[in-house]
Amino acid sequence: MADQRIKFYQTGTFTVGNRLLDPERRTVQARMERTNSLDSGHRACQGCGEALGARYAIDAAMRASNNRLVAVNATGCLEVFSTPYPESSWKIPWLHSLFGNAPAVAAGVAAALEAKGRSDVRVVAQGGDGGTVDIGFGCLSGLFERNDDVLYLCYDNGAYMNTGVQRSGSTPPAARTMTTPAVGPSPGNSFGTGKNLPRIAMAHAIPYVATASVADLHDLEAKVTKATMLRGARYIHIFVPCPLGWAHDPALTITIARLAIETGLFPLFEAERGRVVARTTIRRKVPVEQYLEPQGRFKHLFGDPPDHKTIGAIQAIADENIETYNLLPPEDGVGHEALRNHA
Amino acid sequence: MAAAVALCRPEVISCYPITPQTHIVERLSEMVRKGEIGSASGGCRYINAESEFGALSILIGASAAGARAYTATASQGLLFMTEAVYNASGLGLPIVMTIGNRAIGAPINIWNDHSDSMALRDAGWIQLHAESNQEAVDLHIQAFRLAEALGCPVMVCMDGFVLTHAYEPVDLPTQAQVDAYLPPYEPIQLLDPDDPMTIGAMVGPEAFAEVRYLAHHTQLRALEEIATLKAEFLRQFGRESGGLTECYRTGDAETILVALGSVNGTIRDVVDEMRDAGVPVGSLKIGAYRPFPVGAVREALHPCKRAIVVEKDLAPGKGGIVSSDVKMALRGLPVIVQTVIAGLGGRSITKASLIRMINEARAGKLDEPHFLDLDWDVIRTELARRRQRRRAGPTAEHVLRQVNAVASKVV
Amino acid sequence: MVLDTKPFAITLDPDSSRANHTGAWRTMRPVYVDRLPPCNHACPAGENIQAWLYHAEERRYEEAWRVLMDDNPLPAVHGRVCYHPCETACNRAQLDEAVGIHSVERFLGDEAIARGWRIEPGPPTGKKVLIVGAGPSGLSCAYHLARVGHAVEIRDAGPRAGGMMRFGIPKYRLPREILDAEIARIVAMGVTIHLNCHVADLEAEMRQGRFDAAFLAIGAHLAKRTEIPGRDAGKILDAASFLRSMEGATLPRVGRRVVVYGGGNTAIDVARTAKRLGAEEAVIVYRRDRAHMPAHAYEIDEAIEEGVVFRWLHTIKGVEAETVTVEVMELDATGRPRPTGRYEELDADTLILAIGQNADTAFLRHVPGLVIGEDGIVQVDGTMMTGRPGLFAGGDMVPSERTVTTATGHGKKAARHIDAYLRGSRYVKPESHPIATYDTIHTWYYTDAERSTQPLLEAVRRRSTFDEVAGGLDPDTALLEARRCLSCGNCFECDNCYGVCPDNAVIKLGPGKRFRFDYDYCKGCGICVQECPCGAIEMVKETH
Repeated sequence: MADQRIKFYQTGTFTVGNRLLDPERRTVQARMERTNSLDSGHRACQGCGEALGARYAIDAAMRASNNRLVAVNATGCLEVFSTPYPESSWKIPWLHSLFGNAPAVAAGVAAALEAKGRSDVRVVAQGGDGGTVDIGFGCLSGLFERNDDVLYLCYDNGAYMNTGVQRSGSTPPAARTMTTPAVGPSPGNSFGTGKNLPRIAMAHAIPYVATASVADLHDLEAKVTKATMLRGARYIHIFVPCPLGWAHDPALTITIARLAIETGLFPLFEAERGRVVARTTIRRKVPVEQYLEPQGRFKHLFGDPPDHKTIGAIQAIADENIETYNLLPPEDGVGHEALRNHA
Repeated sequence: MAAAVALCRPEVISCYPITPQTHIVERLSEMVRKGEIGSASGGCRYINAESEFGALSILIGASAAGARAYTATASQGLLFMTEAVYNASGLGLPIVMTIGNRAIGAPINIWNDHSDSMALRDAGWIQLHAESNQEAVDLHIQAFRLAEALGCPVMVCMDGFVLTHAYEPVDLPTQAQVDAYLPPYEPIQLLDPDDPMTIGAMVGPEAFAEVRYLAHHTQLRALEEIATLKAEFLRQFGRESGGLTECYRTGDAETILVALGSVNGTIRDVVDEMRDAGVPVGSLKIGAYRPFPVGAVREALHPCKRAIVVEKDLAPGKGGIVSSDVKMALRGLPVIVQTVIAGLGGRSITKASLIRMINEARAGKLDEPHFLDLDWDVIRTELARRRQRRRAGPTAEHVLRQVNAVASKVV
Repeated sequence: MVLDTKPFAITLDPDSSRANHTGAWRTMRPVYVDRLPPCNHACPAGENIQAWLYHAEERRYEEAWRVLMDDNPLPAVHGRVCYHPCETACNRAQLDEAVGIHSVERFLGDEAIARGWRIEPGPPTGKKVLIVGAGPSGLSCAYHLARVGHAVEIRDAGPRAGGMMRFGIPKYRLPREILDAEIARIVAMGVTIHLNCHVADLEAEMRQGRFDAAFLAIGAHLAKRTEIPGRDAGKILDAASFLRSMEGATLPRVGRRVVVYGGGNTAIDVARTAKRLGAEEAVIVYRRDRAHMPAHAYEIDEAIEEGVVFRWLHTIKGVEAETVTVEVMELDATGRPRPTGRYEELDADTLILAIGQNADTAFLRHVPGLVIGEDGIVQVDGTMMTGRPGLFAGGDMVPSERTVTTATGHGKKAARHIDAYLRGSRYVKPESHPIATYDTIHTWYYTDAERSTQPLLEAVRRRSTFDEVAGGLDPDTALLEARRCLSCGNCFECDNCYGVCPDNAVIKLGPGKRFRFDYDYCKGCGICVQECPCGAIEMVKETH
């Protein structure tokens, strides 16, 4: 189902909703009848990107599955802040088992539903970057290669946040964490390390892989909706800033996520069976400094004098993404809007 | 075994290969593909997991979604899924798992002892030990019913190779019989969009102790339930199988041997032989190791003078494991409890050795704990070698050389 | 079939977290604000531009028009002749280009005329007000007074109503049928206009008509003169008379080479009119340069397109039969023009002076309390009242910017105060909200959208006819243009706040009802403020 960009409705498709738009064309989040699968009262930090990303994704999945959804959650921030006895913020059936087994547990849920002839009920597994990229990697690979009927959502905030900000296989280069402190000759996380999980998922040739971000709600919802309608193993990697771990103003969560896209550091794309089939172009490209500077975890790059070498290395990563995924619109001015249309 | 499990109408089966249980799940995969397993809802799904940790995790999800779930493992595999083992019992999911009891490395050893299920004795699962292949069949049927009645997972332990790879005629019940004994699974909690709930919350100091007590309470209820199920099984299937304990000629016994699993067969032969020679011995088989049947053990052993616990496990630095449980059951009573560590890593337990050991015990000459059939020469040589050189090399290799098990030299 | 009891503590009821009121965490709280859009702030008529654009965006044109009519009864006129300071102030200009507010206002005004929308007068109050002058100020005042039910009579010395709108602005900028329709709509409310009616004795007029108050809006029609030595003084015309004579039965005649002296919009109007009347050349002579010329830039551009020639930095020194003598000026270091002593001769057979107008307020000199300046300008206080109680004044005859819109604004302001005066109360204008400055707008969320352009008449017709030069927008384009509005400082229900709150602490109240913060759960993170496109939310200290 194509996601057609809507023209000239004052705020087009950039805002959550729009009173001028036919309600059917607004986001799920714009609707008064949205599920609010992750409801108020949870204990996430102010401005938590993951709480936002989870509600966005699960509400979209609920709508796409006609409210027949089961979620399996790995240990991590999302699980801890949403289910401290005696309070649960979830309105949907939800299971938490361990840190590293969410993909396997979800595969089991899907198998049970299929055995019981209840394939109309869909299964979503979710975990943070630590639980997905590191400790859950084995189970995740198993889910992929078996093509189990599970949609796996990874909320990537670039570190083990729940345990106090430690480095994971998804921590970006130069980022400060408690186990990659900003001291010594190479402060922050090392370059040349880390896993690109979306590409690893693609290497398993599963039906659908996508990256998404809390800064582009329409895109995220379209991808979750599309994925929910498919069968087999599907993976969506969602970029979620963490004000606490990244040391930024909690009001800037979405703004910083947007800057990650606009610099090229976090490319938005979709892949099917191992091949990239679509990407979202950058609307207004900016240099990586604009993304890095508001975050305290990169503060050591902006001393006196600034660490131009490292910033340059980060810029090189962004530039490479722009080239790899063709993220800048072509010169003829047909930009963001036309390229988002895919049949 | 596969046939027995199939009769129980599992809905999700996961597998990961490890000796000695693999052929059970292999046979099940065949049965699933041929459509020979008819579950209550119609289908059965079989999943090849990427590890044992994955295998049990799959079942956690399946069970929480209302499916009757089964897998099998042993030894290293059981340890690899340890986190999930605790998780399953903590969540109260009625999963049934066969343990083909096997030693744990290092050193790697594929033969039978009880060190694997012993390592997880306090993980909150019910642990039943089968003495024979027939009992193994019957215990699986009872296990599903027990697990689902209580909301507690069950391990059915059967000695690796001794039972898993034996050929013996067993009485397989009919599907109708099993259906009459084992109704469809009715979950205590369920992942259901029509009635959503949150399963697996974080519980802090204010409620954790209560949750744990309730788990303990569930196991205590199992003491009754196991006995009840055994009685009902006898009525429906015409066979004595399962139960907490089984006494053999213990009524007037002065010395009673206590053991888990298949060694009970050998022990009963020893009892008969020694009784023929006028020695008042008997045997107590422990069928359910968790929950530990304190009352039944105390009742069976209290009149005797001496209880000798023959166990296929070792707590390094301490000695016996089961014998400690027996001692606890007998506290305050004048019964002498002796520990015999036997059969580690698959070493045969012979009648002759047992008879010799019993006589030594009766003569008051048995050391405590006693390691049955241990080659003390090898021990002494190895200890001397270690005293000579700091970098003494791998123990296992040296022992193997001493017993001429390998030809290679290690310098 | 699930049993009733779930395992203790491990399994929880859904949505039980609502018992945890995380609002207690806050140190700052978000509040919805309505900031003053800069367009509203800049409009001399005080229109609530953002509000009527809001309705226009939804294709609710009549509703939009009625909001507009709350402040300005002449939208079709203003959409054509107003110099749109709203657009100069428009925040969108800093993003790409200002919203074409005037073109949408014109569209609404034309739509209202086409569809015959009306405004009803209020229930009669029994009070009567005399208005002298049927120009924009007088008409606006009459309209606003009639809306609240006062009886109004207008006296105008001229043959037709409209003031400078008719007698100062050329037809090609303001077609007369448009003007007539909007005036007729005011008359339809019960306002009577007596034409060819010169008021000589105001006090007498008020007594005879039993008027409870009066509003003077006679404009400034007396041309200023300047000393220009010349043989043929009869050949020198003044702009006001020239343009006024365009409305007569016969059109004035101009020579082949017309020189217009002056730098304001009137000079432009005169020059462009002269071209249409057949002048081969129309030259505007102005003593300063383009940058300092008071005429609006687009008027200058349109004039140049029509072939008007500009002689900046020149002053007129003398007039002969076929020539005009000009002196070249230069700018000094401070930017002021000073004579160079160099002279030139321009071929000219007609000279029209457009150097300003005075108000003809001689008849008021005996009214007690009035303060009148040398140029005829009458002083008023903050309520548009003159020194004589009950006598109000507005438009070009009081200190003012001398635009139609300013006059219209005066009429409304005076009407408010006259109404209060008649009721024996005071009208206090509600305090303005803080202005929605550009830094409060989060521009990412607005689609890229170029400003719509109005069609312009072809050059050949612009030179030879008085047909309207600027065309109107068609409905689709008008809609598009209205939707370019950023809605600065005023919620337009984009749902962003409702969507971006990680704690689901924004409650959507329904279409047209905006939103409410759920302070039980709001943690005060501020994402809503940051992502509100139009800056309609701000954070304030939490007081709990």
